[in-house]
Amino acid sequence: MSGGSSERAVVLELKDVDVFYGDFQALFNVSFRVEEGMTFAFIGANGGGKSTLLRTIAGLQRPASGQVLFRGEPVDALAAHKRVGLGIALVPEGRRVFPSLTVYENLIIGAYGGRKGDWNIESVAELFPLLKPLMKRQASSLSGGEQQALAIGRALMSNPELLLLDEVSLGLAPVVIKRIYEAMVQLVGSGHTILVVEQDVGHVLTVADRVACFLEGRISLEGKPGDLTSEAITAAYFGM
Amino acid sequence: MSTVPDIAKDASTVPAFRVARSTRVHRFVLVVSVAIVVALASVPWWAEVSVARTMVTFFTLLALAQMWNLLAGYAGLVSIGQQAYIGLGAYGLWLIGDVLGLHPFIAVFAAGLLALAVALPVAPLIFRLRGGYFSIGTWVIAEIVRLVVSNIQATGGGSGKTVLSAARLPIDTRITGTYLLALFVAVGSILLVYFLLRSRTGLALTAIRDNDIAAQSSGVNVFRSKLFVWAVAAFVCGVIGAVVALNLLRIQPAAAFSINWTAYALFIVVIGGFGTIEGPLIGAVIYFALLQSLSQYGTLYMLLLGIVAVIMATVAPKGIWGFVEKRWNVRLFPVSRRLLIEAPPPDEEPEPAEETDVSVATSV
Repeated sequence: MSGGSSERAVVLELKDVDVFYGDFQALFNVSFRVEEGMTFAFIGANGGGKSTLLRTIAGLQRPASGQVLFRGEPVDALAAHKRVGLGIALVPEGRRVFPSLTVYENLIIGAYGGRKGDWNIESVAELFPLLKPLMKRQASSLSGGEQQALAIGRALMSNPELLLLDEVSLGLAPVVIKRIYEAMVQLVGSGHTILVVEQDVGHVLTVADRVACFLEGRISLEGKPGDLTSEAITAAYFGM
Repeated sequence: MSTVPDIAKDASTVPAFRVARSTRVHRFVLVVSVAIVVALASVPWWAEVSVARTMVTFFTLLALAQMWNLLAGYAGLVSIGQQAYIGLGAYGLWLIGDVLGLHPFIAVFAAGLLALAVALPVAPLIFRLRGGYFSIGTWVIAEIVRLVVSNIQATGGGSGKTVLSAARLPIDTRITGTYLLALFVAVGSILLVYFLLRSRTGLALTAIRDNDIAAQSSGVNVFRSKLFVWAVAAFVCGVIGAVVALNLLRIQPAAAFSINWTAYALFIVVIGGFGTIEGPLIGAVIYFALLQSLSQYGTLYMLLLGIVAVIMATVAPKGIWGFVEKRWNVRLFPVSRRLLIEAPPPDEEPEPAEETDVSVATSV
C-alpha cells in the first residue's frame, strides 16, 4: 500500500456529478479527487451507484450535470473509446472478456487505441503467469479467475494511467483474489492510479490509500482507511 | 506517465510469441479457389444461356449471404431490411443506365453508390436501436423505401420499369457481361469479407459482436466500426440489386424490395454457418440445390426449406461449417491469428507460415 501525499498531481476529479437512468437518479452530487499513484476504493452495498460511477468516468454513461476532469481537463464530451486513448481503462463488472476470441486476441484488442507505453503481451503474461499457457485458448473456456486476469491484462494493454476496476473479486476463489490484489499493489508501485469498486471491504481496505462509501447514489463517508473506525464504515455502508 | 512493474520488464523469462496467419493448407486452398474461379469465368463461352442465367442467381445469393453474414455474424447487426438496398440498386441501374445514359455495366457500380447514399443517413438513426428493435427498424426502413418508390410515377409506380439500356445490348454481350459481373460480385464479396476480417477492423468487429461495452472500454470506436460495415454491406447489396435487374431486365417494387431477399440470406447463413466465410459458401450451394430440385413443388418447397432450417438450428446451431470447424478444427480462410507460443530452435525447421512479429500484432 502506497502512502498518500498532498504534493501529488490530481489525476481525476469529479465535481457535483449527477447521473440518471431515465427518471431514476443513480448518482447525487458526487465530488471527489484522486491523486496520482493512489488506490482509491469505493465500497457499498449493491445498487449504491458504485458501478455507475465507474461507467461515468469511463464514458459509458453521461452525467446529467457536473464535471469529470482528467488531468485537469473536462472529459464529459468524450466517448468511451477516446477516454481509453487518454489513459483511462475500465475493467468492467463481470469481466466481459470477448468469448469467441482467444486470450491472445483479447489482449491485442486492448491495444486497439494505440496509446504508447511499456505494456505488451509479454509484460502482461509476466504479471499474470497463469495466462502464459492459455494464450491460444478461447476466452469462453477460461475459469472466472483466469477471465479476471485476462480482463485486467486487456485493460493494461491500453497503457492506462488510471485503471478502473469494477468488482474484481466477485465470485473468485480466495487464492485468485490474493493474486489480483498483489497485482494491484504492483501496479500502484509502478505509478498507476487505481480506482476500485468492491463489496469485499476487508480485502480492499488492505490496499486502499483512500476509501469512500456509497449509499443510494451518495458518498456517505470518505477518508483514509486508518482514520476510519469499523463502526463508522459499517454505519456508512448500511445507512445506520 | 506510468511505468511497467520491474517484473514485467524482464521479457527474457517469457516465451516469444509469434503469430501465424496462413499455412500450406491455406495456400493450397488459394490455388484451388483461383482454378475454380477461372473455370467459372469460362462458363459463358461454352454453356447454355439458361445455365449462365441460373449461375447469376447463385452468385448474387452468395454475395448477399456474405454481406448479411458480415453484418449479423461479425458486427452483430441482425438486419432484416437489406432488401431496401437490393431494391435501390435495381432502380439505381434503371436511373443511371436509362435516365442518365451511363453504360449499364458501369451503372451497376454507380447503383451501389445510390444504395450507400441512402444507408449513410439512416445509420445514426437505426444504430440507436438494439437487438430485436434494430432488426424491426431495418425492416421498417425497407418498407418505407418500397412505399416511396412504389408511389413515384417516374419509377413506374407499382408496375415498375424495364431496364431498356440493358435490353438494347446485344444478347451475347449482355449475358456474358452480366455473368462476369455477378461472378465478380460473388468473388469480390468473399475477398472483401476476408481482407476486412484480417484487418484490425475485423478484430474490432468480433469484439463488438461479443460485447460492445467491453469493446468501447478497450478503445474500439463502436459507431465507426458498425458504420463502416453497414456502408460496405449497403453498397454491395446495391450492386447485387443492379446485377439482378441486369439479369431480369424488369424491375418491380414488390419483387425488388421483397423481404424474401433477406430471408434467403438468413437461411443460407443459418444452414451454412454463422460468423464464418465458409458458411455462406456452403449454405448457398445447399440452398441453390434445394431451390433447383424442390421449387417445382410450390408452397411445399417453402415448407421444406423451413423444416431444413429448423433441423439445422436444432442439430447444428452454428451451421454445417460450424460443426465441421469444431469437429476437425479446419479453416479454409485464415482470418484469425494463430499463436505460436515458442519460437522454434534455430536448427529446427519452422512450420511454413506467414508470420507477424508480436510487436506488430500488438499494435493491431
